[in-house]
Amino acid sequence: MSTVARFTESVEDGRRVLRFQGDLTLPRLGVLPARLERLKGDRFVLDLSDIGRMDTIGAWIVHRTARDRQGEIVGAGEGVATLLRQVEAADRPVKVRPDPPSPIARVLGQVGAATMEAGRTFVGLIGFFGAMLIALASVIRQPRRFRLNAVVQRFEVVGVHAFGIIGLMSFLVGIVIAQQGAVQLRQFGAEIYTINLIGRSSIKELGVLMTAIMVAGRSGSSFAAQLGSMKLAEEVDAMRTIGVSPMEALVLPRVFATVLMMPLLSFYAAIVAIMGGGIFCWISLEIPPVTFVQRIREVVPLTDLWQLLIKAPVFGLIIAMAGCFQGMQVKHDAEEVGLRTTTAVVHAIFLVIVLDAFFAVFFTEVGWL
Amino acid sequence: MNEEADPIIEVRGLRNSFGEQVIHDGLDLEVRRGEILGVVGGSGTGKSVLMRSIIGLQQPDEGEVHVFEEPMLDRDDAELQPLRKRWGILFQGAALFSTLTVAENVQVPLREFYPRLSERLLDEIAAYKIVMVGLPEDAGPKFPAELSGGMRKRAGIARALALDPELLFLDEPTAGLDPIGASAFDQLVLNLRDQLGLTVFLITHDLDTLYAICDRVAVLADHRVIAVGTIPELLALDHEWIQEYFRGPRGRAAEEAVEADAESKSATTDGGGDS
Repeated sequence: MSTVARFTESVEDGRRVLRFQGDLTLPRLGVLPARLERLKGDRFVLDLSDIGRMDTIGAWIVHRTARDRQGEIVGAGEGVATLLRQVEAADRPVKVRPDPPSPIARVLGQVGAATMEAGRTFVGLIGFFGAMLIALASVIRQPRRFRLNAVVQRFEVVGVHAFGIIGLMSFLVGIVIAQQGAVQLRQFGAEIYTINLIGRSSIKELGVLMTAIMVAGRSGSSFAAQLGSMKLAEEVDAMRTIGVSPMEALVLPRVFATVLMMPLLSFYAAIVAIMGGGIFCWISLEIPPVTFVQRIREVVPLTDLWQLLIKAPVFGLIIAMAGCFQGMQVKHDAEEVGLRTTTAVVHAIFLVIVLDAFFAVFFTEVGWL
Repeated sequence: MNEEADPIIEVRGLRNSFGEQVIHDGLDLEVRRGEILGVVGGSGTGKSVLMRSIIGLQQPDEGEVHVFEEPMLDRDDAELQPLRKRWGILFQGAALFSTLTVAENVQVPLREFYPRLSERLLDEIAAYKIVMVGLPEDAGPKFPAELSGGMRKRAGIARALALDPELLFLDEPTAGLDPIGASAFDQLVLNLRDQLGLTVFLITHDLDTLYAICDRVAVLADHRVIAVGTIPELLALDHEWIQEYFRGPRGRAAEEAVEADAESKSATTDGGGDS
């Protein structure tokens, strides 16, 4: 006897009677709620004597009609009356939505929150750097506390595992630089300067910058995610209570490994990029490899390599610190781990590029052209 | 409880395995309409896997599962959709959608299955469901991360009850709750069953819950259900694990608590004092 809920309207003894029929259950409601809302007037008699089954939603609709229109419910059986009492007891003013703030207040609030967040991150990052230096000092005083195993393990993850992808990327970037450079320089008949372009840009900028971006994406993000989930699982707290400093056990090895791996990876990336460019020159410009290598040795000053070797560890420090710092900030839930991971990568790449610009100006000033 | 009541869940010869590891082998179980069936078993005996097999989240290797007298296995998604409207599930961690507020969480199944309900009615339904499960009146616009463990479970039940299901699956509902919160939760389940005529499939480790609200208890061990019955019936069985489970120090304490509580039970209907 499952039929669609419906009601008929009639006038009996001068009162309007709504006679409900069918099942007042969610699947059978159909247009009943809408029809009831459209009804005009009040002081109905709601007759439930003919209904089939009823669930709480049906009971709610009857209850709210009776409540809003000063209706009177008649003909409710035992079970139906119990349900009606249940929903009546549950009828309390409940907030369903948050209060909508005014648009101006909302924009101001967002700007304020973003500013506060940026300030907090900046101060936090400096504090984190300080805490790291303190941990470093205590490790230097007691070298036995240096976790060599952890560092070596990070070497593998940050460095060795990145070889393939960084090599491929640098090789392709080298080819692209050579090809684009050759097209432009050919107009002046200065194709030979393609070699200068490849050699100097790879060693000075591209090798280290592309490596930094790749390491930020690979390792900076994984630091944030690892430390974040460890914080959520209270592993970091457990560590503290056992007397292990998370700074020493988790952060320092990652920072060490990244700082040491960045110059190696950057140098490797620069060399592979030069190889890519060299192969392009050989095939497309018909410059033999021997000439290419000789020319590279003539045009690339040693100071370019110094620039790479100075910048790379600094970038490594920034990437590892941004990752570890964001990871350690996780407090509430798994969603935050994802957000913090994204933030770590964005901050790392942003800071790397800003610092790279500073380095460029600085090195020009000191005469390392 | 009517002994002849028709089974709402029927599991026959269920076999589940993960690789080499066999979880269930030849498992039979029947859940009767209107009862609260407790499912107990040691860790790793596959209580949650059993629940997942019944609701179709886990494809068993062998066996038959019938829910509402409909076969559950080897059916496509569209055929199962009508059945899904008829049950509600509370997962172990409540599994509330973290990007939605409590009220929106409750409305998700309603919106999904009944897109024609008006926005106003949806809000009203969410509101009374929130009150029904004993959440405070300001809980609606809160996000799950802002709730305590007990409140999260209540919100999970509110979502499970959104469609007025006939069958409610609860996976360790009182795990991680303080004793006051846990007994308030037990009372809530009992009230809901009595008021809404629910059938409850309840996985638990909580002996107090078993004594307080379960009509029957199914014991999982050795890859199958070794016994189903009321607690006195189970106690009469001579099985080592069952005896240890119910007769251990915790089991005895729970038993005594129930006896002591029997007189003053009517006083504490709805506590809701979890923090």
